[in-house]
Amino acid sequence: MLNYTLRRLLFAIPTLLVISFIIFVILDLAPGDPTGQLPLTIPAEVRAKIRESLGVGEPIHIAYFKWVRGFFVYEPLYWLDQIGITIGDPSERARIISYATRGPVFDLILERIPQTLWVVGLSYVFGILIALPIGVISAYKQYSWFDQLGTFISMVGFSVPTFFTGLLMIVIFSVQLGWFPSVYDTTLDVNSWDTFILQVKQMVMPVAVLALYNASQISRFMRASMLDNLTQDYVRTARAKGMSEKVVVLTHVLRNSLIPVVTVIALGVPTIFSGAIITEQIFRVNGLGQLLIIGIQGSDFPLVQTLTFIFAILIVLFNLIADVIYGILDPRIRYD
Amino acid sequence: MRKLKTLIMATAAASTFATVALAERGSDGNLNVAYWQAVSILNPYLSGGTKDIEASSLILDPLANYRPDGSMEPALATEIPTIENGGVSEDLTSITWKLRDDVVWSDGTPFTAADVVFSANYCLDPEGGCNAASNFADVESVEALDDHTVKINFSVAKPFPYGPFVGATAPVIQEAQFKECMGAKAPECTEANFGPIGTGPFVVDEFRANDVVTYKANENYRDPAQPAFATVTLKGGGDSAATTRSVLETGEFDYAWNVQVEPEVLDQMMAAGKGEIISAFGTSVERLMVQLTNPDPSLGDKRATVEGGPHPFLSDINVRKALSMAIDRDILVEVGYGPNGQVTCNVLPAPEIYASTANDACKTQDVEGAKALLDEAGWLPGPDGVREKDGVRLSILYQTSTNSVRQGTQALIKQMWQEIGVETELRNIDAGVFFGGDQSSPDTFQKFFADIEMYTNNFDGTDPEAYMGNWVCSEIPSPKNQWIGNNMPRFCSEEYDALSAEMGQTASIEKRSALAKKMNDMLMQEYVIIPLIHRGRVSAASNTLGNVVLNPWDSELAFAEEWTRVE
Repeated sequence: MLNYTLRRLLFAIPTLLVISFIIFVILDLAPGDPTGQLPLTIPAEVRAKIRESLGVGEPIHIAYFKWVRGFFVYEPLYWLDQIGITIGDPSERARIISYATRGPVFDLILERIPQTLWVVGLSYVFGILIALPIGVISAYKQYSWFDQLGTFISMVGFSVPTFFTGLLMIVIFSVQLGWFPSVYDTTLDVNSWDTFILQVKQMVMPVAVLALYNASQISRFMRASMLDNLTQDYVRTARAKGMSEKVVVLTHVLRNSLIPVVTVIALGVPTIFSGAIITEQIFRVNGLGQLLIIGIQGSDFPLVQTLTFIFAILIVLFNLIADVIYGILDPRIRYD
Repeated sequence: MRKLKTLIMATAAASTFATVALAERGSDGNLNVAYWQAVSILNPYLSGGTKDIEASSLILDPLANYRPDGSMEPALATEIPTIENGGVSEDLTSITWKLRDDVVWSDGTPFTAADVVFSANYCLDPEGGCNAASNFADVESVEALDDHTVKINFSVAKPFPYGPFVGATAPVIQEAQFKECMGAKAPECTEANFGPIGTGPFVVDEFRANDVVTYKANENYRDPAQPAFATVTLKGGGDSAATTRSVLETGEFDYAWNVQVEPEVLDQMMAAGKGEIISAFGTSVERLMVQLTNPDPSLGDKRATVEGGPHPFLSDINVRKALSMAIDRDILVEVGYGPNGQVTCNVLPAPEIYASTANDACKTQDVEGAKALLDEAGWLPGPDGVREKDGVRLSILYQTSTNSVRQGTQALIKQMWQEIGVETELRNIDAGVFFGGDQSSPDTFQKFFADIEMYTNNFDGTDPEAYMGNWVCSEIPSPKNQWIGNNMPRFCSEEYDALSAEMGQTASIEKRSALAKKMNDMLMQEYVIIPLIHRGRVSAASNTLGNVVLNPWDSELAFAEEWTRVE
């Protein structure tokens, strides 16, 4: 297993380099201009100067080399520096700088991670916690009223877009009832019971919207997987051996049914980091998703390139984790 | 009884006056401002984005600001220099500003002429990529005559010498903080760019790029009674409808910048009664640019250039005039703009002294007149209803940037032109590409590979000289000048060029206004630019906010130190 994991990790390096190059080429070919969003009162000569000062229009191989050096050499060195290990001369390091903010891209990303993890991550956890029992009961009592209701709710959650449920919640709970704030305050510092309550209040709506969406997806997987297993021979055998229904369902069936579901859940983790672009926009959570969309709108290529590449790393990584977990959960699968 | 009533009213009035007089710094708590475009940087010289300039205008002051009525008011200067008071030299090549001597930076150090000189040099550095470079156009040198006097020398006569250091686009930054950040090093000074030390009413407390800025009152602000608010939160993100809702419906915010919401949605939000819409009209005009050269792709390199020859049908003034006559501008305003727009017949609609009244006929749609004009000029309807002459069909490619209001306007105009027998093909291009300067893209508004294009333009400040200079012959974009130029219609007239040159030599405001009107009328009566809508700035303000006047000439937050909380 360890060998397999190491081999996969080594394979991941060339894969990621190729991915980073492809992203770079696509962004380079994409039309767009970081000065395109500026007011028209700024004349074209000034725009040309601005582009020059940003380094737009450098030959692609040079620009790519600079970015790779920034990402793989200078950034790690900078962070080592921050924890007290200095290698080389810190003043020589050109970190990856965003066009729009003229600040280091990694600082921007780090600033965004807390709210994204809190809101999107928590909604994923809640989604799973809601989905698993619903999926199990729906499958065990197939076609019962509970199953019908669960199916209905997950269909609604799955097919109604989040920009609709989000707005609906704002209209009901912020405008009409005034229970929750419609705008997420990223500067809120949780240091007392009152601020904790405020934090919970401002998280309720975005988390609920996303949790509904996540739970709908996962509960369908859980239900389908349970149904597959419930009709297997080993279930009949277990019952024939006189085991209680509880043991049959929760020990035998659930464990086996979880194998594909865990894979699905693991593969879904990178999407937490890419944020929930639409939901973040609606509630102004201003996490990683919103950062990406602002970067795209403003043709902030260093930011978009770095963010997309980090997502690529996470996807490759969690694919590997999913495969490893699969091997651990299912003794029939061996990679060596 | 009557006396008693008067007495009560007088007491009430006196008590309100008293609260105004007693208003002191930081007494009104927190001000919540929502911008749907998030702030990226707080150094206005490195970002021309309106949101960034306005967010930094709370921290940094110029020498003078524009008031909402378009007049100039000294900020860090003691008075506005003019020829009369000797501040502007007789030959118009220099301006001398006297600075207040009682101003200190928010860190407590004194503000001097050296800071002003430094700010100019910072922006003039050729490697810095300064966004306000056009404010400093023709500046030869800036010198400190003494600690509180600054002289700006221009290389040419400047009848309107208020480009440098007037308005929020070109404020004064602190030399001590930025001296290591000149030229190519400008972007590396993240700390300074994210938290400039200023002389304005507020200082940065926390800045999260592309998200939120929190400010607190500047303890060293020059007016001891201002600002009334102790802190400001400027939250970015979302969309215009959401920020407007947070003021008008939920009341979570006090002020929402740049409201762009469909008129009927706005009415619903207003019904909640928590705030109001404020608007003011600056110089923005949504206009159609008419292509006078031939955009035929078969011309290759000569496409859409003067060398490629005139446009097959738009070179006929009757066609251009008929296109303008056929448009019902009232409907365009009603459907797409509401309080955001007014009908206009001028490309130069404001300030008032520059606005011509010679072209007001365009305010009423005249379909029959347009048809008659085309008939007379020999453009007759073909079998499919589209007019043609000598085998040339009146078939227009009409392009603009992608934006739902613009696409709505396009569709309406297409219909109006159909009525007079003109066929229209619509096209919309992503704003980043359309307004971007990508040389390799065929879709930029400068290349203008279409027959008609629509967008909004305006000018900074109140002086139209540079703006009216957009339509001289030398401004025509072509491959020779890398398609840089503002004369999109490729209009070229010796008479117009002469007027533009004359304006550059004229100081008298009456004569300047006469010249600007004449140039505007020339463009309008040639129908090379078809103005549609005079667009205003619209923002939403909570009922609990006092002293808010929308400022179309400067940053909307330029006078936020005067804002107060009212019950």
